[in-house]
Amino acid sequence: MLDIADLSCARGDRTLFRGLSFQLGAGELMHIQGANGSGKTTLLRTLTGLSHAAHGRILWDGRPIGELAEAYRAELCYVGHANGMHGDLSAVENLRFQAGLSGAPDSDPAAILAELGLKRVIHLPAKLLSQGQKRRLALARLFVAPRRLWILDEPFTALDIRTSGFMAERVALHLAGGGMVILTSHQEVTVATPKIMTLQLDA
Amino acid sequence: MAGLADSLSHVLARDLLLAARKPADVITPLVFFAIVASLFPLGVSPEPAVLRGLAPGVLWVAALLATMLSLGRLFDADHADGTLEQLALAPQPLTLLVYPKILAHWLTSGLPLVLLSPLLAIQLHLPTGAIATLVLALLLGTPVLSLLGAVGAALTLGLRGGGVLVSLLVLPLYTPVLIFGAGAVTASAAGQGTEAYLSLLGAFLVLAAGFLPWATAAALRISLD
Repeated sequence: MLDIADLSCARGDRTLFRGLSFQLGAGELMHIQGANGSGKTTLLRTLTGLSHAAHGRILWDGRPIGELAEAYRAELCYVGHANGMHGDLSAVENLRFQAGLSGAPDSDPAAILAELGLKRVIHLPAKLLSQGQKRRLALARLFVAPRRLWILDEPFTALDIRTSGFMAERVALHLAGGGMVILTSHQEVTVATPKIMTLQLDA
Repeated sequence: MAGLADSLSHVLARDLLLAARKPADVITPLVFFAIVASLFPLGVSPEPAVLRGLAPGVLWVAALLATMLSLGRLFDADHADGTLEQLALAPQPLTLLVYPKILAHWLTSGLPLVLLSPLLAIQLHLPTGAIATLVLALLLGTPVLSLLGAVGAALTLGLRGGGVLVSLLVLPLYTPVLIFGAGAVTASAAGQGTEAYLSLLGAFLVLAAGFLPWATAAALRISLD
């Protein structure tokens, strides 16, 4: 479980938020809301360990994430603003690399992409995909290796209605299996799960 | 452990595949190397005796500059498209993931320079024995250039004018490699022993391979923060 206590984050000299505390347990979804520039992405990056907090603690199962390092990262999947895909590699090559990096060599990238409706374009260079298709390719990373904690920055942006629905189902499935999700979204999150919490950053 | 080796080989394979998709990135520094080395006979003197004296220094300086040209390829694209974030979030230490990236950079920039160098050495009238030393010295020295360059590339990631800054940062650090690399070839051309020079280059390589990927990973984390 993730335990955030008295967290403050700053970009340069500007403090984005301070005194943030919450806990996230198995099966819970945290929807982070806030205006542009309120620090949503910074918060998510801080929770992954990419950015450093100005102040406060982030504990995973009772231990600081900085101390856990690789052990924490092995429980985490982050899909940020950047899709993390190289335009000169095909969709399936990109995902196969992600699988190799996640230590999941026996996952089946082609099948995952087919499920996300990318079957016809798996061999196209990623740069030729549409914005929404690129986003689906980035989200496909969630399914190459089982991870307890999903941290998603605007996962539904640029997705069509069908894929949004599919993603919402998969998020619900992940939560039902004891997973945790932290996401930012300007849209209404319609995930069928009893435990949605919201956090207003500019409050 | 099998998982780690697998991840590292994926990183290596990806960078080599990308280099194969964009051969221009590999060929440009190589052509630059050839052109710089070929300008000296035109600019200084076509006299074989003069060229023979200049050759070790010219070839090494050209190799340093050609390596500089290719440093942008190391992390820039990965930083821009978010792959670097994923590397930093992978369940393996970033320090270890940096090794295959640097190895791929050397295989696509340093190694081609080593392979092309005998041809340019002949053009500069270097004696055969010295050409063998040149190849050996470059073989030991160019990986050090990639390792040092990686630190510079990581530190200047995402900065405006990073390309110029990286030269200012890295070229001074290249000087020991230049001095002992060119020294080995000069000594060989003069019929002296080259063991001391080559041993030192080997020592540089061991030290650089041991410590610099760690520094590179630390610099990458700072750039991502």
